[in-house]
Amino acid sequence: MHVISTSSKVNNSEHLIEVKGLVKYFPVLSRGIIRTKRIGWVHAVDNVSFHIDEGETLGLVGESGCGKTTLARTILYLIPPTSGTVYFDGENVFEVFKSGDKSKIMELRRKMQILFQNPYTFLDPRMTVKEILSEPFEVHGVLDKEKITDAVFKLLDMVGLEPYHADRYPHEFSGGQRRRISIARALALEPKFLILDEPVASLDMSIRSQILKLLIKLQQEKKLTYLCISHDLNSILHVSDRVAVMYLGKFVEIADVETIFKKPAHPYTKALISAVPVIDPKTGRERIILQGEVPSAINPPKGCRFHPRCPHTKDICKKREPQLVEIEKGHLCACHLVSG
Amino acid sequence: MKDEILLNVVGLKVYFYTRAGVVRAVDGVNFNVRQKETLGLIGESGSGKSVTCLSILRIVPNPGKIISGKILYKGEDLLEKDESEMLNIRGKEIAMIFQDPATSLDPLFTIGDQLAEVIRLHRKVDKKEAEKLAIELLQTVGIPDAESKIRNYPWELSGGMRQRIAIARALACKPRLLLADEPTTNLDVTIQAQILDFLKELKEKFGMTLVLVSHDMGVVYEMADRVAVLYAGRTCEIADKNTIFREAKHPYTEALITSVPRIGVRRESLKVIPGEVPDLVNPPSGCRFHPRCKYAEPICRKEQPPLIDLGGGHLVACHLYK
Repeated sequence: MHVISTSSKVNNSEHLIEVKGLVKYFPVLSRGIIRTKRIGWVHAVDNVSFHIDEGETLGLVGESGCGKTTLARTILYLIPPTSGTVYFDGENVFEVFKSGDKSKIMELRRKMQILFQNPYTFLDPRMTVKEILSEPFEVHGVLDKEKITDAVFKLLDMVGLEPYHADRYPHEFSGGQRRRISIARALALEPKFLILDEPVASLDMSIRSQILKLLIKLQQEKKLTYLCISHDLNSILHVSDRVAVMYLGKFVEIADVETIFKKPAHPYTKALISAVPVIDPKTGRERIILQGEVPSAINPPKGCRFHPRCPHTKDICKKREPQLVEIEKGHLCACHLVSG
Repeated sequence: MKDEILLNVVGLKVYFYTRAGVVRAVDGVNFNVRQKETLGLIGESGSGKSVTCLSILRIVPNPGKIISGKILYKGEDLLEKDESEMLNIRGKEIAMIFQDPATSLDPLFTIGDQLAEVIRLHRKVDKKEAEKLAIELLQTVGIPDAESKIRNYPWELSGGMRQRIAIARALACKPRLLLADEPTTNLDVTIQAQILDFLKELKEKFGMTLVLVSHDMGVVYEMADRVAVLYAGRTCEIADKNTIFREAKHPYTEALITSVPRIGVRRESLKVIPGEVPDLVNPPSGCRFHPRCKYAEPICRKEQPPLIDLGGGHLVACHLYK
């Protein structure tokens, strides 16, 4: 029997991930002698909505401090949200975590994983690779002890490492190999959804393409869904199907990768794309140099958050905040000048 | 005038004597820089880019030693100068922007102090005058509100601002040659675009010659007139920009260019260079790229290929070309 639920617990859309009105503010505290006072909020993620389909890669770009990592961590409830909802496969993620139902929480954790930004700090220096890769199985108790070793070797093989690497420690590996170990660990429990937080940052260029290629291969083999975060536009545009552009805690544009690259609509996206140094710019495009820097997220500018740096600012931009509206099928943009 | 050679690095070797063994960080680097041009120095980590720059200024840190080679600046060998002569060259003739402005600026001194220090080292001016010059410098590098910024400490400023200050310090005595070591590596793309644009503008204004060290092929493409590619402490190829990016001869250069993920290039067509950057304590014999090279032949394992001229200033070190 099929019952259509009307409660907020189940969402009937086909998207694997659906994020609705996600908000995360961090308090800014001033520590006095007697008590601590809150003097403001950092608007790290401010009313963000999007979806990711199964097997798709959504790229998330933006400059440092725009809230990319906070958004990723909030989706996984690694930091509690201020408000908003996230559905994973129709299930309300935050409610599961808030319910305290341990078996359900563990199940969600298995399905949603993250590849953390820095493999130098994230791999425990006192554990061997074998211990690092066995840990997920032990924590989740999904495999018998005897089978874990086999599983570890399989994981190593999957990411292109050798069996003898199992008894080594993280410091014995190069940056690229460490990244491979992190990937093996993130995929140990066969998640459906993986967040890649700066997957190729701080890697040498010849190693970068190796890792990207591995991630693409694994996605195809395991039908993974990725949310790929990076400030390196070249890499991200290479792996993504669709791209979301973030500025000061808000999404300013979402579209498929071709559109973002060839005909971006938002002035910020245009500037961002034009700022990427490319080899052989046949198009003879003009570079848009933005003035100034990203303003503080504690007191974001009124109206459109981009207006102080925007080359096309009008009066309305200073007063009213533009909404993310669909300007073409599947192409969303938040700009007064585009939506009229 | 433009083709006159300002700097000529010949057979430079710099070794680091560490406990783990001798690290051959630079082991035969050759290139020259012409007046007023921008030379892009490209390579992965450990290729010897930074050590080469430090050697030009003769500030290689211990336990590093310049073993052999020549660094001819205006025809005079910098390696034969004594320390007092070098003091006159550093900052005044050749200046350097270091890789990381967060660590190359002293956190204990204000911006004004750090700029005034350089100015007073090379010019006979009093403190007041030096401060005035410091403010002017900050204005040249596009820092708003320069009068109050000189009282700030480096850690009070953003990454882009710090980089501008590092540039201001390097420009303090209007050097003829500027060595910029990864000047935009830790910056966001929009700030990177600002800084690169600004470097171009400065070059025009002061008629400077620029050596731009970078691992980012895109940055080098947009900035450089000529490019030198380094791998594991050796020069593998030198040519003008268009030749390097369109008709690269060395297999490493070719692989580098095709392995860079690029906007507009299809996912499946991304090439991969197998293997890792070699260990410089025990570098591969013969050509250092041979373990990763798809064209490697027996001779590549045995003999180090010499840097030969293919004509038109296109130099390559590979056994495939003889």
